[in-house]
Amino acid sequence: MTREWGGLSIQQVIAKRVQEYRDVSGGLLPLLHAIQGDIGYIPPASVAAIASGLNLSRAEVHGVISFYHDFRSAPAGRHVLQICRAEACQSMGSRELEAHARNTLGIDYGGTTADGAISLEPVYCLGNCACSPSVRIDDSIHARVDAAALDVLIASLTDAGESK
Amino acid sequence: MSLRIYLPGDTTAVALGADEVAAALLEQASKRSLSIELVRNGSRGMFYLEPLLEMEHQGQRIAFGPVSAGDIPGLLDALAGDAAQHALYLGATEDIPWLKGQQRLTFARAGLGDPLSLAHYRSLDGFAGLEKSLQLTPQAIVTEVTESGLRGRGGAAFPAGIKWQTVLDTPASQKFIVCNADEGDSGAFADRLLMEADPYQLIEGMILAGLAVGATRGYIYLRSEYPKALDTLNAAIAIAQEHAYLGDNICGSGKSFHLAVRVGAGAYICGEETALLDSLEGKRGMVRVKPPLPAIEGLFGQPTLVHNVLTLAAATTVLAKGAAFYQDFGVGRSRGTLTLQLAGNIRCGGLVELPYGTSLRQVIEEFGGGSYSGRPIRAIQAGGPLGAYLPHSMWDTPLDYEAFAAMGAMLGHGGMVVFDDTVDMSTQARFAMEFCAVESCGKCTPCRIGSTRGVEVIDRIIARQEPAANRELLLDLCDTLEQGSLCAMGGLTPMPVRSALHHFPEDFG
Repeated sequence: MTREWGGLSIQQVIAKRVQEYRDVSGGLLPLLHAIQGDIGYIPPASVAAIASGLNLSRAEVHGVISFYHDFRSAPAGRHVLQICRAEACQSMGSRELEAHARNTLGIDYGGTTADGAISLEPVYCLGNCACSPSVRIDDSIHARVDAAALDVLIASLTDAGESK
Repeated sequence: MSLRIYLPGDTTAVALGADEVAAALLEQASKRSLSIELVRNGSRGMFYLEPLLEMEHQGQRIAFGPVSAGDIPGLLDALAGDAAQHALYLGATEDIPWLKGQQRLTFARAGLGDPLSLAHYRSLDGFAGLEKSLQLTPQAIVTEVTESGLRGRGGAAFPAGIKWQTVLDTPASQKFIVCNADEGDSGAFADRLLMEADPYQLIEGMILAGLAVGATRGYIYLRSEYPKALDTLNAAIAIAQEHAYLGDNICGSGKSFHLAVRVGAGAYICGEETALLDSLEGKRGMVRVKPPLPAIEGLFGQPTLVHNVLTLAAATTVLAKGAAFYQDFGVGRSRGTLTLQLAGNIRCGGLVELPYGTSLRQVIEEFGGGSYSGRPIRAIQAGGPLGAYLPHSMWDTPLDYEAFAAMGAMLGHGGMVVFDDTVDMSTQARFAMEFCAVESCGKCTPCRIGSTRGVEVIDRIIARQEPAANRELLLDLCDTLEQGSLCAMGGLTPMPVRSALHHFPEDFG
């Protein structure tokens, strides 16, 4: 790993964050969110440093990382596209939307497009249930998304769309 | 004189293009040298009309909606002339029947102004409950809550007063108030709406709960799927701290309360209170065995009052206006108001706050206005993914906890997801099991493994393999989940499955 974050190596980022959260009660989740916010994922190699910093076993840290859907152990694409799979969105055609997304992107849930632009994930409810189907792209939520609207959103995330 | 215009910054409004509308408005205003003051308010919960643009006009607020960015030039033209002629004109906001027909207590302030304005909150009776609580003894605050008949709004409807009393009566060096803002039920968005539109109400409710039970620390456990609510809460907490509503000297009283937001990480089970506590402690969100009750041994082993967002918010009304005022709303043992959320395939979806006791049919017909698709409504799933699918014949039941429980259903958090006649109920039953398999914490075997077996059995029924035998097996499996699981995840997953089987047998071959 040669990439750096604000001049720090991955190990330094993790050490800094561990220092910041080691004395916070129940600080493991906020720490993992912070690391993922900095680096984009939680490097498996960092588990030992996190564990020793918080006085936990590596198994406990690994157990928490693997329990929660949000934490990832490998980098995602440049954008994360989440499609709501829950009932309100189902009632408005989200099953078809899911199939359309998979076909268009050529990946399944958990996958990332070959150009590294988009990772596709399921999500269970975005709290936007009166205007379904809903999708989330990074931190923005979109309502009443049909196949055509999804195509427009996807196009805006690819290299050509981003450079516009 | 500048024109004051309101445009919600709420998640749903923004998801429908409110930011683009705001940008178009500012651009057009500057082009026309028009002086406007744009307030990004919360939503009033009329999501079918979002983005809802309001303006102050002759002492009242008039509304237009749903507005898109392209409507702005025409709209500004209309404002200069006869606004009522515009195609999107809705008249005075307060007179829109959908809003006028409601009785808002908890959501009375939602959408009226800038959610982060303390002055605005104070001008609408904000902090009245806290001010009164600061004059009362802890026991007097708890008694007020007990006498109001307030029940937990998260779904289980447990009497709030009993919890408050238990935490108050349990001696400890540190007690906690925990707000469950892990609103994971599909069809539910009331917590999100409140946190984004009126965050100080939740903060006030938590402070006065702290004064009541002797807790000086509080956490809001917020789901990560709500990025806007996170920003709003963090900003509101910082402002409340600055103005001494939080900290070591609340309003000069010498009393302390410290509040922080903790973000979940995408686990439905963390909406279960004991799993939530484990998650707050930095662990996997595993359900705990009860007893001990969280009120006695909760967060970090200390007495902890765990409540849903709406319960803590409602406590401000109870304290500000008194237990008797709150009692006056509702029926039977369901007191106060109910916040229903009309969701899914519905024409006029959004948040409806009414006294308990109205019928579901009334709400769906009068407020919902039929399905979004225009096709006949076939089923309504009430109370989230663990709630029953209700056919037409059950829609006349009054909306109260006991009446719903009596027919094998639940009100839960009040989310109502509408399905039209294209729904296949065997697919919905299958999804209930699939969701349980994805989200089970894994502690109880029936939930962890039974859910996967449930998917397989339903697949066999759908494929017409020995349907009668597999149907019996499925019902037997439902019994095992119900009886053999610690919490509602395994215990209630049978509810949507059985209701689909029972009320819509034609979809199962």
